[in-house]
Amino acid sequence: MKYFSLIWSNLLRKKLRTTLTLLSIFIAFLLYGYLAAIRGAFAGNISMQGAERLITRHKVSIAQLLPIRYRSRIAQIPGVKNTVTCTWFGGIYQHPYNFFPQIVVNQESYFDVYSEFKVSEKERQAWLNTRDGVIVGRSTARRFGWKIGDRIPIQATIWIKPGGSQAWEFEIVGIYDGQDKETDSSQMFIRYDYFDETRLFAKGQIGWFVVKVADPQNSFSIIRQIDTEFANSSAGETKSETEKAFAQAFAKQIGDIGKILIAILSAVFFTILLVAGNTMAQAVRERREELGVLKAIGFTNAGVLGLVLGESIVLSGVGGFAGLGLAIIIIAQGDPTHGALPVFVFPASDVLLGVGITIGLGLLAGIFPALQAMRLNVAEALRRM
Amino acid sequence: MSAAENGREVLVRVKGVGKVYRRGSEDIHVLRDLDLEVRAGDFLALMGPSGSGKSTLLNLLGGLDRPTEGILTVGGDSIADLTPRELAAWRARHIGFVFQLYNLLPTLTAIANVELPLLLTPLSKSERRSHSEAALKMVGLGHRLKHYPRQLSGGEQQRVGIARAIVADPTILLCDEPTGDLDRKSGDEILSLLQELNRAQGKTIIMVTHDPHASHRAGRTIYLNKGQISDTMPE
Ligand SMILES: Nc1ncnc2c1ncn2[C@@H]1O[C@H](COP(=O)(O)OP(=O)(O)OP(=O)(O)O)[C@@H](O)[C@H]1O
Ligand SMILES: [Mg+2]
Repeated sequence: MKYFSLIWSNLLRKKLRTTLTLLSIFIAFLLYGYLAAIRGAFAGNISMQGAERLITRHKVSIAQLLPIRYRSRIAQIPGVKNTVTCTWFGGIYQHPYNFFPQIVVNQESYFDVYSEFKVSEKERQAWLNTRDGVIVGRSTARRFGWKIGDRIPIQATIWIKPGGSQAWEFEIVGIYDGQDKETDSSQMFIRYDYFDETRLFAKGQIGWFVVKVADPQNSFSIIRQIDTEFANSSAGETKSETEKAFAQAFAKQIGDIGKILIAILSAVFFTILLVAGNTMAQAVRERREELGVLKAIGFTNAGVLGLVLGESIVLSGVGGFAGLGLAIIIIAQGDPTHGALPVFVFPASDVLLGVGITIGLGLLAGIFPALQAMRLNVAEALRRM
Repeated sequence: MSAAENGREVLVRVKGVGKVYRRGSEDIHVLRDLDLEVRAGDFLALMGPSGSGKSTLLNLLGGLDRPTEGILTVGGDSIADLTPRELAAWRARHIGFVFQLYNLLPTLTAIANVELPLLLTPLSKSERRSHSEAALKMVGLGHRLKHYPRQLSGGEQQRVGIARAIVADPTILLCDEPTGDLDRKSGDEILSLLQELNRAQGKTIIMVTHDPHASHRAGRTIYLNKGQISDTMPE
């Protein structure tokens, strides 16, 4: 690229201005990477087995409980392969900051339904044999330095024991891994039978059902059949949906963070566009005579357009790739909150989009100054006032 | 017309050229019905009062601007008929400009400035380097290749400007007051250099100047007055 040194030398002309512009572009793309990871963590941008699993909850709200006896009735619906019950435990380990999800599940079939959680056969067996045993995810185990055999105290916030005690204790019998790095491995699973026996109230009540269907194509009709089955039921009507839809609804409830982040990013990129556009406009304005000389030498109008656009793209590319690069490195270190964002990755699709934005930013910021340079009349540019 | 001139072909032919600028509602006729012939190998000085249209004529000859009327051919090419793109390529091939204020790119070294016109040619990087170096040596700046314009004196900068103008071996050198910003000594050196290029290499040179001393170095002096060319100094 024989014109590169010409383009580069122009960027070095005003070092301070170029540095400041590069810095703002760099920071914008670093922020972009970070927010993309956060959005992924919240918006259920997580690879899920989606349509294969249905969530059946109380029609009024997820906080209302349903009787566990619904489980056998759901299991009888044709096309249903497996059903497990889940209940939010909501306990605290030492300090409320140490949040991680604890869910009460059916130990015999939970990992069949959630096959993306990988746990060894030996540990699964140990769980079946240990009533107060729990299986925790790798990221949480690492976070608190837990290992198999540890007994961990959990302070209940909902589920008190007879006599009012909030102190529960569980033994770690297994640690599961996610099938890939986008799979959440922060959860802890408690056995339902032990939980139901030990809690003071609401015995026989659970939070929601997870229904695995044999063929996702039938999900819609199965959803209808489940909800019809419990229509007008005094123990609670149900609302079923695919897990993906459920996760999205959940994401909406927590404030539609994805949209907010996109709004923030749009504002950031718009500002950066103005900064870079201004830099390029100034660059062309103060260089009229030089651009005139290039044309006098024989550079075509299109050639001059290309030089200015090239300069703009190099400017945005250097800042943008540095920002994306650092974002990739930082995000690869994992969740900065140590637990609140269990899935914290920079999705490849967002990296690609970032590269696209980098080039788009360069083109947009440079196009008007470049057109101006292209239309510049040589004789006038070279005329001394 | 001397005998020497008769032997040489006519390179530049200007016939009935007019140039009108519009300033607001007013038309300014800078050049009217102007005729001029320049032969290959001429060293021509163009004089005339300020505002008489010398730069305007030079711009027309160099294809930087188009005449309002008339015919303008250089080496047989009718400039007015070329598209902007063809005109740019034509300039790259045939014209070398030397400016009063040198107009070097301040961000590039001497040799990189001289190399600029060669970027438009298919020459390889090393060929471009060796051509540029040769051009700088020819103007006596073989020892200043890596200097930036601000590290050079005015005379040296103008030498770089001349090296840039001749590096692609153009047909004509167009110089707009090349010594106008230099002291007498540096100006003389530049004029000697142009004379040398004209004599030893047969370069055709058209030079605008205000300085009678400079015009003496040229083979022929013409005067521009009231939009027309004459061979004698106007009263
Ligand atoms: N682009 C333009 N628009 C309007 N008027 C112009 C333009 N270019 C030149 N002129 C006018 O044309 C006239 C001739 O200008 P030109 O620059 O050719 O003169 P010059 O002989 O080179 O003068 P000088 O010796 O001062 O350089 C001047 O009156 C100038 O104001
Ligand atoms: Mg002039």
